[in-house]
Amino acid sequence: MDGQAFWLTMRLSALVAAILVVLGLPLAYWITYSRWRWKFLAEAVFALPIVLPPTVLGFYVLVALGPHSPLGRGWEALTGHTLAFTFEGLVIGSIVYSLPFAVQPFAAGFSAVDPRLVVASQTLGASRVRTFFRIILPLSLSGLVTGVALSFAHTMGEFGVVLMVGGNIPGVTRTVSIDIYDKVQAINYSGANATALMLLAISFVTLSVVYALNRRVWIWK
Amino acid sequence: MHSTSNSAAIVEAASAELHEASVQVRKRLGKEFELDLAGALPPGITILFGPSGAGKTTLLDCIAGLVRPDAGRIATQEKVLFDSALGVDVAPRFRRVGYVFQDLALFPHLTAEGNVEYGLSRLVREQRKQRSAAILESFRIAHLRGRQPGQISGGERQRVALARALVIDPAILLLDEPLAALDAATKSKIVDDLRAWNQEHRIPIVYVTHSREEVFALGEQVIVLENGRSIARGTPHQVMRAPRLETVAQLAGFENIFNATVAAVHEDRGTMVCHLSASKVELETPLVRAEVGSALRIGIGAGDILLASIQPSGLSARNIIPGRVVSLAQRDVIVVAKVNCGVEMEVHVTLAARDSLHLQPGREVWLVVKTHSCHLMGTS
Repeated sequence: MDGQAFWLTMRLSALVAAILVVLGLPLAYWITYSRWRWKFLAEAVFALPIVLPPTVLGFYVLVALGPHSPLGRGWEALTGHTLAFTFEGLVIGSIVYSLPFAVQPFAAGFSAVDPRLVVASQTLGASRVRTFFRIILPLSLSGLVTGVALSFAHTMGEFGVVLMVGGNIPGVTRTVSIDIYDKVQAINYSGANATALMLLAISFVTLSVVYALNRRVWIWK
Repeated sequence: MHSTSNSAAIVEAASAELHEASVQVRKRLGKEFELDLAGALPPGITILFGPSGAGKTTLLDCIAGLVRPDAGRIATQEKVLFDSALGVDVAPRFRRVGYVFQDLALFPHLTAEGNVEYGLSRLVREQRKQRSAAILESFRIAHLRGRQPGQISGGERQRVALARALVIDPAILLLDEPLAALDAATKSKIVDDLRAWNQEHRIPIVYVTHSREEVFALGEQVIVLENGRSIARGTPHQVMRAPRLETVAQLAGFENIFNATVAAVHEDRGTMVCHLSASKVELETPLVRAEVGSALRIGIGAGDILLASIQPSGLSARNIIPGRVVSLAQRDVIVVAKVNCGVEMEVHVTLAARDSLHLQPGREVWLVVKTHSCHLMGTS
């Protein structure tokens, strides 16, 4: 069991889940409440990572991070090194990869909130921001919890995107799933098994906690 | 209060000294329906009465700013909320309109107190507590302050919803069938508390209902809305005499049809007394627009009449008429009895009822007819 790979994976997953809360909540709010007629196109784009092969996704993220893209060039000018094959690059790739796993539960939670409550909040003088934090968010906590846990667990288990974007640099981009792959390649089945079991257990525990919480969160229903 | 300087959208109403709101809206919804209404809403309860689909809720939504009228002007005593000519359209949250929704829309995760305090976020904590405590007290729900909406009764929820809408000191209160689901006793207590509150505050209250009983119980002014237009306006007594006369086709289904004249009108009870022609029989019927002495026809379903072998007492039914069985005939599983009580009435009873009452021609019986089993139509 590679402790370094394990902590790297945990750090990556937690960071990505946290960033996806910040990015995902406004995005989910927009998806739920916008009346823009072309919204369905945007929804399809945000859902693409669910169906695309990780290699396709990883490839485009790699291109987008590379020195020929504005993002890659900007980052290089800012920090002096490239994004590809770094931890930061891995974070960006993982955000793209796990985005729908955060946004969709968030949006599902928002749209389960009775729209009359939102209207009632308005007539009581509340701004959109206050309505969001006092009414919509508390009433869709289960969606929030689900989104955070799914994006965390999903990031933890990613392989294809990591390999494409991050490569296999110990302590920088070598995550647990890559580590398992390495061990199998080296015919170290018992090592692979130990790590795989660990990943399985963490994923199971994470999801169990989510489902348990979801039951408690809705006590007033 | 909002000053005019910080927002061009807020214009002081010219009629500030009149403590009334004025509404003039036009709103087209779909191809068929257009709301087109104008009128003043004085302080006190104005009933908005009409069938579902008449545009009642749409009108409330226009006043609250949830639906934007195509044209018109909406103003409370203190400011213009909407004016299509001036381009004014104040956002709902700045309108200070108290709105109690049909489904109440209480916040399920907040306590009664949390719901009531929700609209007071601009006050400091101490003032907020003071205001909410006062209104919880005046709506008799102070003891429920720590409970969530799911933990209290329907009537208590209505009270929380009213308190929540009123605590923000609204310039107008909109009630969308708020008491429809309650029993009469609970309803009248809540209305009493609402009236008491409004004695002090004197704001216009728009109360939407499609129940005739509520119109008589509550209304100071009634606007009857039909298909988006006001078809009558006035006191309940003036307005609710609107005819509920059945059409010939509807009446055709009744086995008993009598010519009658109106003998007395009891507007306060929503009933009248009709004298059946060529007899001494008088029936209490629902109120329709008719003067004493005017001619009507009354239809009564043979299945809506009860037969009693001894004189019944303690019934809610208002019409108990003595008569004598003329004939009995069995038709499938029902028994068709003809009873003479001054006029001849056809009554349908079951075989078992015939046997247990020992019905036979010549037997004395009493006919029992509920007021609302008497259906009225014009003669012309």
